[in-house]
Formats: sequence, structure tokens, C-alpha cells
Amino acid sequence: MNQPVFELVGVRYAYESHSALNEISLSIAAGTRVALLGPNGSGKSTLLKLLDALYFPNTGSLRFRGEPITAEHFADDNFAMDFRRRVGLVFQNPDVQLFNPTVFDEVAFAPLQLRWPKDEIRRRVHEALDAMEILHLSDRPPHRLSGGEKKRVALASVLILDPEVLLLDEPTAALDPSSQSQIIDLLIGWGEGNKTVITATHDLGLVEDIADYCFILQRGQIAAEGDPAILLRDQALLERANLIHAHRHKHASGKTHSHPHTHPHSHE
Amino acid sequence: MRPGFIERTIATFLTAAEYTAGAETMAASKGALQRVDPRVKVAGLLGLIVAAALSRRLETIASLFAVAILLALASGVSPVRLLRWVWWPALLFTGAIALPAVFLTPGNPAFSLGPLTATHQGIRSALFLIARAETAVTYSALLAFTTPWPWAMKALRTLGCPAALVAILGMTFRYIFVILGTAAEMFESRQSRTVGRLEGPERRRMASAAAGALMEKSLQLSSEVHLAMQSRGYRGEVHILHDFRMSASDWLWLAGFVTLTGMAIWGGRG
Repeated sequence: MNQPVFELVGVRYAYESHSALNEISLSIAAGTRVALLGPNGSGKSTLLKLLDALYFPNTGSLRFRGEPITAEHFADDNFAMDFRRRVGLVFQNPDVQLFNPTVFDEVAFAPLQLRWPKDEIRRRVHEALDAMEILHLSDRPPHRLSGGEKKRVALASVLILDPEVLLLDEPTAALDPSSQSQIIDLLIGWGEGNKTVITATHDLGLVEDIADYCFILQRGQIAAEGDPAILLRDQALLERANLIHAHRHKHASGKTHSHPHTHPHSHE
Repeated sequence: MRPGFIERTIATFLTAAEYTAGAETMAASKGALQRVDPRVKVAGLLGLIVAAALSRRLETIASLFAVAILLALASGVSPVRLLRWVWWPALLFTGAIALPAVFLTPGNPAFSLGPLTATHQGIRSALFLIARAETAVTYSALLAFTTPWPWAMKALRTLGCPAALVAILGMTFRYIFVILGTAAEMFESRQSRTVGRLEGPERRRMASAAAGALMEKSLQLSSEVHLAMQSRGYRGEVHILHDFRMSASDWLWLAGFVTLTGMAIWGGRG
């Protein structure tokens, strides 16, 4: 098995009095594509923020490539910069991630903070925009773009660093079907299978395309983990984790009944 | 249903968002001030604002105002736009403050309006207030209209403004319109569920509840934005792609600003 890129042991995290993650222990091997599945409020986004060292565990330990991730380690500029170069997070809401005056500046933001040479930044931004097919948006203010365009800019602004780990929070949320499939195609092709991609989603239709392994989260704990093809067939588990539900509906024959349904699209 | 005061205020601010987009386009164009190093511009225009504030002669303030108009014309900033965006709102605001002074300042009577008597000293005080305010806002607007926002932020940093203050200014500018959009949606949603006109106390209660909810949302947004910045390597310092380099023409501009400021301060003595 590959060396773990992340290792969490007994991690707890709480927002003031509200507990978000409880006794999470998991290991993610380098180069795997992982899905964090769970309904709203199950702790997926919090877990991603812990993996991106934006939050630190209240108790328990979190390691990246064997190095402990703590606030004390992040006080060291070199350590923090090295981590930021190697791990990138794409937020669910692109509006929080797009705060620069132009698309070009937005994509250049991370390499500028990491003090890359400016000529290289200009070249890499150009390449990243071209790869995302948004070069024509270069001079536009990001907050005036469509949802799909914003998502592409948000992705470009992280992928420009060519991180070894990409964290994605609901990458297809609130996108039209065409933008959704473009983003999925892009994620499938990115890194040619050599990168670690961790995607938080409650979109079951997406999981088998983007993940080789998945964790199901429920109320801040891991309810199950394993091969998505196997876990997604376990109706009882999915129902227990609130990932599918039963509701009454009518068939063409006129018969009305209810049985569990998955929702192959996100609910934003 | 006729929109209330808060809805109208939010709609006005949202219109300002459109103005801002226009200002960003102007800042990216090739006018005279657009070519000046932002540090020179910030320091030079600030010096002229200080000179206008210190001046005790209306002629000097009027000359500074004339220079501002010339700079605007040379930079492709239309006086019509200045009139609509800057001069008229500033006149309304300062006029409301200055008007009572026309009648309340003791001195020689100039004219009477019913029981009210305007004095020469009152008119002079009001004119000073309005002239100083109009000149100051014109120079401030010229800075905003001719400098891309991140450059102005970086210029403030290089001139010694604390990093935290500059970061707060930058974020405020970017997200105020996102928050206003949220506020407008909240009030529209409330309107769609309201039949008839609410009583005053009920309207005030709903407005304060909405203000609380908006405050909560804006805190959440600012926290997420800060996390998103940290995630991409932000450590409290502003770095931008553009390097400031003083050219010969920037030194000339600096000399011009210093000379003009010195002349205005000297000429504006009482």
C-alpha cells in the first residue's frame, strides 16, 4: 500500500459548543481518489478544512506525509508555504474564493503568496487559464461570471500550484448539467491518476466516476468506508446515513407507491 | 407595494455596484493619472486634499478644484460622471450640514428669508465647507477612478499603512456588494410573503431581525473568505503581480504635486 498522505487518529473538532467531528480515524493513501459522502451537516466540509489545515483538531492527531499538522507547525512560514503548495482546496461556494479584481489576478493569487518568480507566474497563469478554457475571461471581474465559469476560475486558482493533494467541496453544487459534466470530465482527467483527490459530496451519481474509495460520514463520525461500488449498493446503509430516502410517486401505469431514491444531483 | 426606506437604500447601493464596475474600467484605461505610479498618486492627491483643508482663502480652494477638473479631463474622467457620482451627492450631504450655518452664524445681515436672516459670515462658512468637501472628494474620486483597487492597496502598504487595515479595506470593497445582494434578496423574499402594509413597530421589528440575520451571514462570509485566502498561502501581507517602478515621468509628477501642494498651502494662508 502507498504511504498515507493523511492520517487522522481520534480527531475531534467542535464549533464552540456544537460538535462537528467525533473520534475520526482514517488513513488516505497517496494517489487515491477518495469521496467523503454524507448528508448536509455530517461534517464533510469541516473534515476538508482540517485536511487543509485551516482548522486544527481539538483533540487527536492529524498528520500529512508523516508530519504533524498543528497550529505551532503553521507558525513557521516555510512549513506553511510548503504545505499550501502541496495541498489545495476548492471551496463549495466560489464567491468566497474569488476576491480579486480580475480572473488573471485571481489565478495568480496563490503563486504570488508563495513568492514564485513573477515571469513564471504570468506564464503559468496563462497555461492554467488555457487548460480550463477560460483564457478569454482573463480580464473579467470574477464576481460577474456565471456559476460554471466561477467554478472553473476557482479550480484554476488552485490547480495552478499543481498540488499533490486536491480537496474539493461539492464541486458540482449549484451547476447546470452541462457545467457539471465539464467539471467532472476535468477532474477525471486531472493529474493522470498520480494525484490524491478528496471530494466531499452528497451527489451519489458522481461518486463512482471520481472515487476509488469512499468514507460515509454521519453526524460527525465515519459510518462506513470502502469500495464505492460495494457501499453504494447497500441500501440500508445509505438510508441510515440519509443519503437516500423514500417518497411517494406515481408511475406511468398509474400506480402510486414509495421506495428509496437516490438523488444523482446536488441539492443547493 | 411601495418599497420601504431600507429596500430603497439597498437598491441605491446595488446601483453603486454598477458604478464601481465603470470605475474599474476607467482605472484600466490610458489617461494621464492612470500612467502615474500609484504611490506618487496616493501621496500627491492626499497632499492636495490636505492643502484644500488647510486653506483659508476661497480663491486657493477654487484653484485646487480647477486643477482637479483639469486632471480629470486629462485622465478621461468625464465631468458629467463626476457631477453625478461625486459633486451632487457631496453637495447634498455637506449642504445639509452647511445650510443652518448660513442663518445661525452671527454677523452682518446679507438677506432675509421670512424670519431667518442669512449673514455674510454664515454664507462664507458654508461656502468654505462646501468648497473644501467638493475639492477633497474630487481628488479622492480621481484616485479611485484612475487606480486599480489592488494597486491602491499596495501603494497604501508601501506608504506605511498597517497590513491589517489594508486587508480590511480590500475585503470590504470586494464583498460589500455580495452582502448587499444578500440583503436585497432577504427583503424581496419578505416582501413576497407580506400582504398589505405592516404597522410601524412590526416593520421596525422585522428590519432589526433582518439586520441581525445579515450580520450573522456577513460574519460567516468574512470567515470563509479569510479561510479561502489562507488556503492559498495568504499570511497577512498583500502581494500583487505588478511591480512599482518610478520612471522619470513619475518623478516629474511627484515634483509637480509637491510644488502645487506647497504653493496651495502658502497661498491659502489667511
